[in-house]
Amino acid sequence: MSIGLEHYLILSAVLFSIGLYGALAKRNIIIILMSIELMLNAVNIAMVAFSRFVTPALLTGQVFAIFVIVVAAAEAAVGLAIIIAVYRNRETIESSKIDLMKW
Amino acid sequence: MGLEIAFWILAAIIVAAAITVVVLRNVFRAALALILCFLAVAGIYITLSADFLAAVQILIYVGGISVLIILAIMLTRDVQQGSPSNRLRVPAFLIALVFFGIMTYALINTVWPVSSAPPVAPTTAAIASRLFGEGGYILPLEIAGVLLLAAILGAIVLVREK
Repeated sequence: MSIGLEHYLILSAVLFSIGLYGALAKRNIIIILMSIELMLNAVNIAMVAFSRFVTPALLTGQVFAIFVIVVAAAEAAVGLAIIIAVYRNRETIESSKIDLMKW
Repeated sequence: MGLEIAFWILAAIIVAAAITVVVLRNVFRAALALILCFLAVAGIYITLSADFLAAVQILIYVGGISVLIILAIMLTRDVQQGSPSNRLRVPAFLIALVFFGIMTYALINTVWPVSSAPPVAPTTAAIASRLFGEGGYILPLEIAGVLLLAAILGAIVLVREK
């Protein structure tokens, strides 16, 4: 049984679901950010698989994956800076305890 | 044949490492599992004959984002306390499971227009001509550069001592 597009898409769905569970169920903000990185990687796998199997000559999916990586890098830098600023002010990185704006 | 074996091994590593990230209580070990997951994703790109993207994945994710995450873990000193689950653990698991079921059902029942053309062999030059060439993505590329600059400035402003 040769490896086709569906295999890569199901792998991407598995990875995205694990990341979704982590982002919803975890309290530590750093783990939540790591789960978001997992989801972005899952999306990249799906796009590169489409690029390989549906439009092999155009490479549009790989170009989009590069842009996703750019956005992920910017998101990680700003997100971790926010985490450090929150820790400096409130001495915690637990998402349930960061409730200054909760009325 | 070798491609299939490589795919199954890499897929097993990816899924195991991702589950480790969301299950482990030690944040630092979770970050190490995340790095392993990034490396295996780079291997998946190689099986998809996306060599440039595999190099970018290793340079940016394994080399850059992992260092940022580990630095944040060190600076927040919450490693012992770990990463406990919140009260919504079971509903979150159910939501992820239902989401996975719907996605799998949809993508198995879709007929994809799979092309049998061979992949472009070294992708770097082809991606460059797609990005910079005529009718390409030169404006999004410039906007991505501005976004990175804004992210760098924003990160510096956020973590600066008052």
